[in-house]
Amino acid sequence: MALAIDVHDLVKRYGTRTVVDHVSLGIGAGRICGFLGPNGSGKTTTLRMICGLLTPDGGGGTCLGHDLVRERDAIKRQAGYMTQRFGLYEDLTIRENLEFVARVYGLDRMKGRVDQSLERLGLATRQHQLAGSLSGGWKQRLALAACVLHEPKLLLLDEPTAGVDPKARRAFWDEIHAYASEGITVLVSTHYMDEAERCHEIAYIAYGALMARGTAADIIRQSGLTAFIAQGPGADRLAPRLRDAPGVTAAAAFGTTLHVCSPDREALTRAIGPFRQDTALTWQEAEPTLEDVFIHLMGQARDNALES
Amino acid sequence: MWARLVAIILKELQQLRRDRLTFAMMFGVPIMQLLLFGYAIDTDPHNLPTAVVSADNTTITRTILSALQTTGYMHVTRHPASEAEASELLQTGEVQFVVTIPSDFTRRLVRGERAQILIDADATDPLAAANPLAAAKSAIEQALSRDLVGPLAPLASRPDAFDLVIQRRYNPEGKARLNIVPGLLAVILTMTMVMMTALAVTRERERGTMENLLAMPVRPIEVMVGKIVPYIAIGAVQVLVILVVSRFLFDVAVEGSLGLLGAGTALFITVNLAIGFTISTLTQNQLQAMQASFFMMLPSILLSGFMFPFRGMPVWAQWLGEGLPATHFMRIVRGVMLKGAGLGDISTELVALAAMLLIVSALAISRYRVTLD
Repeated sequence: MALAIDVHDLVKRYGTRTVVDHVSLGIGAGRICGFLGPNGSGKTTTLRMICGLLTPDGGGGTCLGHDLVRERDAIKRQAGYMTQRFGLYEDLTIRENLEFVARVYGLDRMKGRVDQSLERLGLATRQHQLAGSLSGGWKQRLALAACVLHEPKLLLLDEPTAGVDPKARRAFWDEIHAYASEGITVLVSTHYMDEAERCHEIAYIAYGALMARGTAADIIRQSGLTAFIAQGPGADRLAPRLRDAPGVTAAAAFGTTLHVCSPDREALTRAIGPFRQDTALTWQEAEPTLEDVFIHLMGQARDNALES
Repeated sequence: MWARLVAIILKELQQLRRDRLTFAMMFGVPIMQLLLFGYAIDTDPHNLPTAVVSADNTTITRTILSALQTTGYMHVTRHPASEAEASELLQTGEVQFVVTIPSDFTRRLVRGERAQILIDADATDPLAAANPLAAAKSAIEQALSRDLVGPLAPLASRPDAFDLVIQRRYNPEGKARLNIVPGLLAVILTMTMVMMTALAVTRERERGTMENLLAMPVRPIEVMVGKIVPYIAIGAVQVLVILVVSRFLFDVAVEGSLGLLGAGTALFITVNLAIGFTISTLTQNQLQAMQASFFMMLPSILLSGFMFPFRGMPVWAQWLGEGLPATHFMRIVRGVMLKGAGLGDISTELVALAAMLLIVSALAISRYRVTLD
């Protein structure tokens, strides 16, 4: 399978701070890759390097077969990049925004394409409304429509659903899957675990370094984490007491239940030992969640960053 | 209540401390104004360049010329051979006055035949011409009364021993609006053009649309020209409105070629837009762009010769003024509108504007980034 994105050892520094530290990423054509990582981990910077908005300080590679640095223009013509912040003009109407994008890309049959895009979006009746008057969810869908107007082969979406309600998010993801089924490759950054699970594969980055790669199931399996769930009266209150216990990665309350995990099975059983005496609580081993794994990876990355 | 008030005052001070440009504005602008009004601006300019066409070289004419210079207003810089050449100097603005002494001046004076001295003044700026002309007459009279001794003594007491003929060229009635209206063209264009482009680009950055724009296949030159062109059209309309209003309300018509005025104006508008674009590449948001434009506007009003006679400023301020596009454009507009100047007369100013355009555009393009680096 041909790789739509094939970059290796990407480095970006701002002054003495290394924001992206030797990140390599290969994504096959037609795949949806979720790009996860804590705030400030270098996700946006990596996306910007891939779409030619930033020049890497080291490393390189190809995007849709074009060199990342030398063939920036060719990449820009074939890729669609959706910025984290609404990047269209709020003081233009929905239709005017799409027409502007169509003109910039020099698209033929502009009217037809814009009509089609509005139809697909379901915004045909509101096409003369100012883009600024749309709700957050609609803005994001409009931005996506503008991104795909020139029929790109690659979509780079930077936290497209931040602050969007669940229904609009679901609609947005249905569209992403529809585009992927047409053969478009998608690299999408997100903080939502449910969205991560909707991706074909995941790349996890923390402190500028790529920490995990693969499907959600792969990543959970490879993490080697052990997790326990406690149920019963006051189980959720134990979280603060277990959080700092030696060997425990995370202890969090989910409603009335407690969720703890650790890479060290023995340490974990030792830590929860005293609380298992309480007969009111039922303890159960569970499958670690993606969130557990990411929090664990984040801790690891921080340790690495501190050591180096 | 006091605690909440203090909280807000503290927060305001903290924000102010981080906004260096506003800080610079608050202290820079008053200091700039103080210096300009205090030192640079002299509404009674002295040492104005003067050309002398003298066909009569006698003790008496020399006395007269030195008397004119001792008024402090006139400074003889040129000695053109002919009156035509002298007119040319006046037309290009190289001299403010031309003093012409006819070849038979001394002879007629001695014979008591009402000798004439002619002073042509460039009166486009009536403020600059008024005092020197007023001082000239009495200066010459005093000088003659000292020189006319012995057998000539009776002449000295005759009030009509000589005749000072003064021609206020280009603005015979000494109307201030003739000078102000063309100058306003320069000021209004500077004000609107610089600010509008500066805001147009920073707006994209502030609203986050710049990132989206850069991710699309557009070239920097396309963004720059595309952003500037609409404002050139707006500038053209502004000019048209100003010219029509000047013509019909203030009775200020265009003496010279409209085409030449149009070409000069187009060049000036483009320079201003390029400056605006450069400001936008140096500032982060619309407020900063606005403040930077203001920094550009203030000297353009004060140092360009619009508000005060250019020659009344000290040399350092004149040099600063020479660096402003408005100064050169002011000369072009006054030249073409009032003096009927041709291409040759304003070529220096056009070249100066073109050079500024080149430098500013180079700066703008080098500052503008296709990437976000």
